[in-house]
Amino acid sequence: MTVIIGLEIHVQLNTATKLFCSCSTDYRDDPPNTHCCPVCLGLPGALPRLNRKAVEYGLKVAKALNMEVPEESEFARKNYFYPDLPKAFQITQYDKPLSIRGVLEIEDDEGHEKLVRITRAHLEEDPGRLVHKGGGDRARYSLVDYNRSGIPLLEIVTEPDLRSPQEARRFLGRLRATLEYLGVFDGDKEGSLRVDANISIKGYERVEVKNISSYKGVEKALTFEVTRQRNLIRRGQPVTVRETRHFQEGRGVTTASRSKEEEHDYRYFPEPDLRPLSVAGWVEEIELPELPVARKNRFVEQYGISLNHARTLTGDLKIAEFFEKIASVDPVLAATWTADTLLGELNYRSMSIAAVPPGHFAGLLKLLKEDTITDKAAVQVLRTMLDSCAAGNECEQPAAIVEREGLARATGVDFAAIVRTVIAGNPQAVEDYRAGKKGALNFLVGQVMRETRGRADPRELGELVAACIETTEG
Amino acid sequence: MAGTLSFAPDDRCNAFITTCDAAPYGDGKLSGVAVAVKDNISTCGIQTTCGSRILAGYVPPYDAHVVSLLRGEGAAIVGKTNMDEFGMGTTTETSGYGPTLNPVDQTRVPGGSSGGSAAAVAAGLVPMALGTDTGGSIRCPAAFCGIVGLKPTYGRVSRYGLVAYANSLEQIGPMARSVGEVSRLMEVISSYDSRDSTSFDRPYTHQPSADIESLRIGLPQEYFGEGVDPRVAETVRSAIGRLEDLGAETVPCAIPSMAYALAAYYVICTSEASSNLARFDGVRYGPPAPTQKQWHEAFQEVRGEHFGKEVRRRIMLGTFALSAGYYGKYYGKAQVARRNVRQDFERVLGEVDVIAGPTMPTVAFRLGEKSDPLSMYLSDILTVPANLAGVPAISVPCGTVDGLPVGLQLIGRHFAEEQIIDAAYAYEQEGSA
Ligand SMILES: [Zn+2]
Repeated sequence: MTVIIGLEIHVQLNTATKLFCSCSTDYRDDPPNTHCCPVCLGLPGALPRLNRKAVEYGLKVAKALNMEVPEESEFARKNYFYPDLPKAFQITQYDKPLSIRGVLEIEDDEGHEKLVRITRAHLEEDPGRLVHKGGGDRARYSLVDYNRSGIPLLEIVTEPDLRSPQEARRFLGRLRATLEYLGVFDGDKEGSLRVDANISIKGYERVEVKNISSYKGVEKALTFEVTRQRNLIRRGQPVTVRETRHFQEGRGVTTASRSKEEEHDYRYFPEPDLRPLSVAGWVEEIELPELPVARKNRFVEQYGISLNHARTLTGDLKIAEFFEKIASVDPVLAATWTADTLLGELNYRSMSIAAVPPGHFAGLLKLLKEDTITDKAAVQVLRTMLDSCAAGNECEQPAAIVEREGLARATGVDFAAIVRTVIAGNPQAVEDYRAGKKGALNFLVGQVMRETRGRADPRELGELVAACIETTEG
Repeated sequence: MAGTLSFAPDDRCNAFITTCDAAPYGDGKLSGVAVAVKDNISTCGIQTTCGSRILAGYVPPYDAHVVSLLRGEGAAIVGKTNMDEFGMGTTTETSGYGPTLNPVDQTRVPGGSSGGSAAAVAAGLVPMALGTDTGGSIRCPAAFCGIVGLKPTYGRVSRYGLVAYANSLEQIGPMARSVGEVSRLMEVISSYDSRDSTSFDRPYTHQPSADIESLRIGLPQEYFGEGVDPRVAETVRSAIGRLEDLGAETVPCAIPSMAYALAAYYVICTSEASSNLARFDGVRYGPPAPTQKQWHEAFQEVRGEHFGKEVRRRIMLGTFALSAGYYGKYYGKAQVARRNVRQDFERVLGEVDVIAGPTMPTVAFRLGEKSDPLSMYLSDILTVPANLAGVPAISVPCGTVDGLPVGLQLIGRHFAEEQIIDAAYAYEQEGSA
């Protein structure tokens, strides 16, 4: 059963001001309705004035996604009633979008390169936001916050080229990275990316899943939907009527919408308050920065790191920039420790890489490179350091942690004595080792490591233990 | 602030919805001049209703660009004038605040939709006023009340702060008793405003001149034909004869696209209006929506109750014209007709300097006379084409029929207000003598 997925992605462009007025877009930490003016409140008589920067950002994306930019594009009104929409219409683009027909390269489920076709990308204004008082369906009343009203959105629509929820997530990851590389988007801002997905099992009708408001939610929502649709087919009740469902992020399920709500006739017509937009020639002037694929290839070439590491490190602009700051210590060591250890530790703590001072991490790498600490001790130092950063204090220097905790690779310690004690105390394991059980050696090494608090290199210890057993009478 | 003007008009024609009994004014070209502003133009701190009950009590927190300009030149904003609800009418009878009467004959309508502004000027309550013209709303009441009114080129005056009825057609313009006063007010309001993306930086700074030697005037047959009261046509012809005496030449011409102008106009203005007026839902403006009901029920109730009949009719017409499956048939076709009208005007105005004809096909109607909406729509036939073409047009008084004023309409090229103002000025200064 082939899965067919197409996405409609709304991303907030990170211009300094809104799409049609000069209100600031930096509203997230401020009280409701403090970033508003007659234009974004939709007051009678106010008129939109197009933000050139938003157009430039839209064109950057168009160029990065290899899209065609028609000579002329046009804004249109999408008419519908909703309390978060102050004018009762949204200024968007309809039959003359800013850009059409592009592609984005991703890796498919087998790791092969694959091109996903982009149908169109157009500019539009974000509506305000409703806050339901009393919670969910039982809210007694709703409040409207217009701080978000008029934030520039770029709606990017793909062809139904994606074949699994995982592929959809990878597509979004690559798209997000591309937008961040372009400097037009900040994915760390809450609500800056919203997705609607069309999903069907080949041969059956499609379902539109709305309201996916996070990057992680997409795979979850689509996985739920694939299972649901497959089960329906197995039970002989496949999807035969086009349906709209809403993703309930908290519960991880999609639920049917009351169909009446979705039967909109938006009565699009050209926005009479804005002139058609001529961007011909403008696109040529736009210079693109290095994008994820190019950076990945450069990392492999310039730093001699593995393709897998390069892929991970370039998947996020901030990580790529972080890596380039610390690579000089030792590129391969830096790549390994960033991709295989640091990112996992950050993820576990829900921390951003922005919280880690590159100099500190480089210091840790130096301690490793100079053999001052073992890998095991390094992990411990890293964890202590990240905990200190997460607590909002000044990050502790790795060298200071090593000093304080006494984690430096042991010198002058009588390892042989410890090993002898461990061997004497675990006759069964020694016997197992002699009988050819490799695992027994690891167990014994572990015991020694515990005694030395990780300050010795496990490989060296293994050799020492093995030699010691050989010279001990059985 | 230079002072305060006390304003207590004897408003027996119901020209005002709101008056300011102590209007502050400053220094400048219009220092201390009382100016009335049509009630669809936003005035900071002064109620702005658009003649509609749905906006009763709405006080804008900002000034329209033209109002800022007026204040900047020292004018005293003395009040907000009555109008057809949201500009939808030709008589000022659809106002939610009662009809305005024609000061010339109080059994007659003043025309519309800027009837309050025209009546306030004609009754001598103010020397000048601002109106707005979507399909004749400045020129019609100017003609019916016997004053001068100018609809500027589309884009010459900023619409920022004008509560939209039909964005692609309407302009704010000056109304006064004389061409000179209209010219003076036009100079103040035409200063550029980047907040209106459809406006141009073409400020008007002209001193009217009565020299119209060798001015070529086109007389379209459509402006003197069927539906035009022969006595009105005759009055206008003789006014044009006086312009010939003053050195102008006349040339017969034709604007065949006028056959579709009215239909195109009503499709476009109702379509745009249906979208513009959707925001009035009783939540943020006007009488509050009942909060114990579901939001969509509450706002339907507010809209049904507080919009007048003509407004509801036009919202429904426009909603229908834009709906899926009908867009191409109505809105799309109307845009084609509009382009044709524009091309016809550009062609004719390539051959002549100005086009002349009656402003309205008749003199002012009796109150209640136009009870049938279609016959009211038909009376816009001579004014609507200039809005479709975006060209400037002025109405100047040119005599009477049965004691009621008749207006001479002069239509010019894009951004050639200067030329039609000179022609109107020449007639006013020399012709009517
Ligand atoms: Zn704003």
